Amino acid sequence: MLESNYTMAEEARETLAMHPQKFAMWLFIVSIVMLFAAFTSAYIVRQAEGDWLFFELPSLFWSSSLILITSSGTMHWALVSARKDNLGTLKLAISLTTLLGLGFLVMQFLAWKDLVTNGIFFAGSQANPSGSFLYVITGVHGFHLISGLVFLLIALYSAFTYRIHAKNLTRIEMCATYWHFLDILWLYLFGFLLLNN
Amino acid sequence: MATEFNLTTHVEVDHQHDHDHEHHEEGFIRKYIFSEDHKMIAKQFLFTGLLWAFLGGAMSVIFRLQLGFPDLELGFLKPILGSWIDETNKLDPNYYLALVTMHGTIMVFFVLTAGLSGTFSNFLIPLQIGARDMASGFMNMLSFWFFFAASLVMFASLFLETGPAMGGWVVYPPLSALPEAVPGSGSGMTYWLISMALFIISTLLGGINYITTVINMRTKGMSFSRLPLTIWAFFLTAIIGLLSFPVLFAAALLLIFDRSFGTSFYLSDIYIGGEALHHQGGSAILYQHLFWFLGHPEVYIVLLPALGITSEIIATNSRKPIFGYRAMIGSMIGIAILSFIVWAHHMFVTGMNPFLGSIFMFLTLIIAVPSAVKAFNYITTLWRGNIIFTPAMLFSIGLVSVFISGGVTGIVLGNNALDIQLHDTYFVVAHFHIVMGSASFFGFMAGVYHWFPKMFGRMMDAKLGYIHFWLTFIGIYLVFFPMHYIGIAGFPRRYYSFTSFQAFNTFADLNMFISVAAILTFTAQAIFAFNFVWSIFRGRKAPLNPWNANTLEWTTPRLPGHGNWPGKIPHVYRWAYDYSKPNADKDGFTDFIPQHIPLSQTPHSNLEYENELMQKQNVTDDLKVNE
Ligand code: HEM
Ligand SMILES: [Cu+2]
Repeated sequence: MLESNYTMAEEARETLAMHPQKFAMWLFIVSIVMLFAAFTSAYIVRQAEGDWLFFELPSLFWSSSLILITSSGTMHWALVSARKDNLGTLKLAISLTTLLGLGFLVMQFLAWKDLVTNGIFFAGSQANPSGSFLYVITGVHGFHLISGLVFLLIALYSAFTYRIHAKNLTRIEMCATYWHFLDILWLYLFGFLLLNN
Repeated sequence: MATEFNLTTHVEVDHQHDHDHEHHEEGFIRKYIFSEDHKMIAKQFLFTGLLWAFLGGAMSVIFRLQLGFPDLELGFLKPILGSWIDETNKLDPNYYLALVTMHGTIMVFFVLTAGLSGTFSNFLIPLQIGARDMASGFMNMLSFWFFFAASLVMFASLFLETGPAMGGWVVYPPLSALPEAVPGSGSGMTYWLISMALFIISTLLGGINYITTVINMRTKGMSFSRLPLTIWAFFLTAIIGLLSFPVLFAAALLLIFDRSFGTSFYLSDIYIGGEALHHQGGSAILYQHLFWFLGHPEVYIVLLPALGITSEIIATNSRKPIFGYRAMIGSMIGIAILSFIVWAHHMFVTGMNPFLGSIFMFLTLIIAVPSAVKAFNYITTLWRGNIIFTPAMLFSIGLVSVFISGGVTGIVLGNNALDIQLHDTYFVVAHFHIVMGSASFFGFMAGVYHWFPKMFGRMMDAKLGYIHFWLTFIGIYLVFFPMHYIGIAGFPRRYYSFTSFQAFNTFADLNMFISVAAILTFTAQAIFAFNFVWSIFRGRKAPLNPWNANTLEWTTPRLPGHGNWPGKIPHVYRWAYDYSKPNADKDGFTDFIPQHIPLSQTPHSNLEYENELMQKQNVTDDLKVNE
């Protein structure tokens, strides 16, 4: 079978190729961006129609933002440690990130409580869409943050079982990308809410 | 014929090197049910999609009976429909709406999105770009099982006490939000929303996989400018889906909150029986914006794969290069971009500012340009071609025909002034059944007839294929063409009965005619069903390259195993459309030169630029170059 009609051929060009998993992760991020693009544009469209209740955003959002930014920092620290094979700091940094992530969620929840005490409800006869939108936007973001936490826990587990090191960075790199994205997404949403209030 | 030997020899070169991909026997469950092999997943999508198509078609027959023969006793349907037929042996009006809603949802999402993209993107992307499988077999498997779960939930909703969703496939609130409005807006609608949420997840998983695979897994030499148009179409379809389905998800989520948690995103100032509902401050139009931001791209998600399939089949069976390969890609990209900025043409009569309406009219009419470019390119490819009328080719030419007839009425509807008269009439029904329903269905059928040999290793019967085509082609025109007239006369769509309107009595005969044609067209599909099932088991064994086509899938064995190519993956040296190339005979080829034949093997037929290209890429010993 070997003697095909041709044994000589010009060299076929390499095609462009990236890491498929990382690439897929970016596409996943695109779909999340579209989801929030839908929410925020719906927000603008609805606001333009009037009958819109304006209210102060809970000040807790400032502290929760700070926590999330810090967690992005520790996440980066984890990545750098993994690259340098500093497994001790890696474990510490990932654990810190997870804790800070949890802290962010708690803060968001407390912020919701504040809203309720101030009479801003998600649903019911006293609710205005402006409040409902706030709950939906923060809630769906929180939901994605939980998925990020699950990802972090997986990375944490891998770190403690020594499956992340300088030669095996894919998992932690993807985890970091996703975490930073969730951080930036929150900052965008917070900024958006501030501007439209 | 020499070429056919080339195909096999080149591919089966070194058997030894690629052991991990062949012949490890898998258990039944891994092989047929929770399979991660793209070919098996494609078949799962195909079977599920076809089952849905028959169910959805049967539903349309029932409501056509009602529309064409308003006085007919439907008691004989009681064994199937049960309480959907009331005591007077008539179809219950609520269930008429349920049937219309389910028919639309099933056809648009389950058949022409999941069935079409799911089958052919899965099957053809790895085979045509030269990859062993999808980027993630696991995600691919999940994609099918989410679709399957969505199917089960939707199917289960048919058996609910209060019936399935009844608010039309677009499920506009407040109709879809309030159980008081129509029984189907109770648990039927909840099932619908759950099913669609699962469906969206399935589509996103699939789409992410398709895009990743096309970009990252192409074999050597398969540059973007050599991709078959099928792959371009699937690729762009997946991108459109990735950008638009999350928006539908957002719309559905807000609807869920309105229905089950008491928010007021879409609801306001509603009185039922004199009592005001607590919902305040919502906007029903907001839902329409969100829905159509998906909804319009969705129609192209449905259409583009069919156009891609058609490009491939028309070029192959005209034995000519596709006319305007780059123009085809350009117009698909143009359509993909434009499809995101025209959604409000579905909302001209929602009280939209007429100036805004004119802007959307302008954008909408621009879509006609790339669409026309595609139509012209199909015709110029056919022009003076050496046409071989296989059943797949007939369906592809049929697609061109319906794409043009339906596109023309699109231009009529795109004018916001004309749309005031035509909106929500049978004219719209005629428009989208011809341009979307029929065109995509024809693309689907063309794909099945064309790639059946690769899927099942056997040929479908061509004679039955011809009969199926002609009955379907004539049938759909008889069904949908008269609807234009009824629509111009003002018949609203989604009405249970017209007998109480004096003005419409003159159209009773025409309605009857449409119904008869619809029943015959549906019945004709039994020929396909028989041919399909029979050929899987008894069809003539397929040759390796039955249509003498250039693309890579025909270099695989008759029934490709896991990993597609037993040996190394072929490399690609040319585009997919070297049909009837001058002087090919001097190189030992007939009227086609497959993609994996190096330019250095075809010195007589190479064009000047191809010779230059070849000089630039070192001519070396191919067998050593490969890994
Ligand atoms: C030249 C291109 C086209 C133009 C200008 C156009 C224009 C329109 C307009 C203005 C409407 C809204 C009519 C109304 O509701 O009053 C409409 C409806 C529709 N079009 Fe097109 N169209 C075009 C091509 C297509 C294609 C290619 C498809 C699908 C593959 C398609 C699918 C649909 C569907 C499904 C609807 C109805 C949706 C519904 O209300 O249920 N159209 N079209
Ligand atoms: Cu449209």
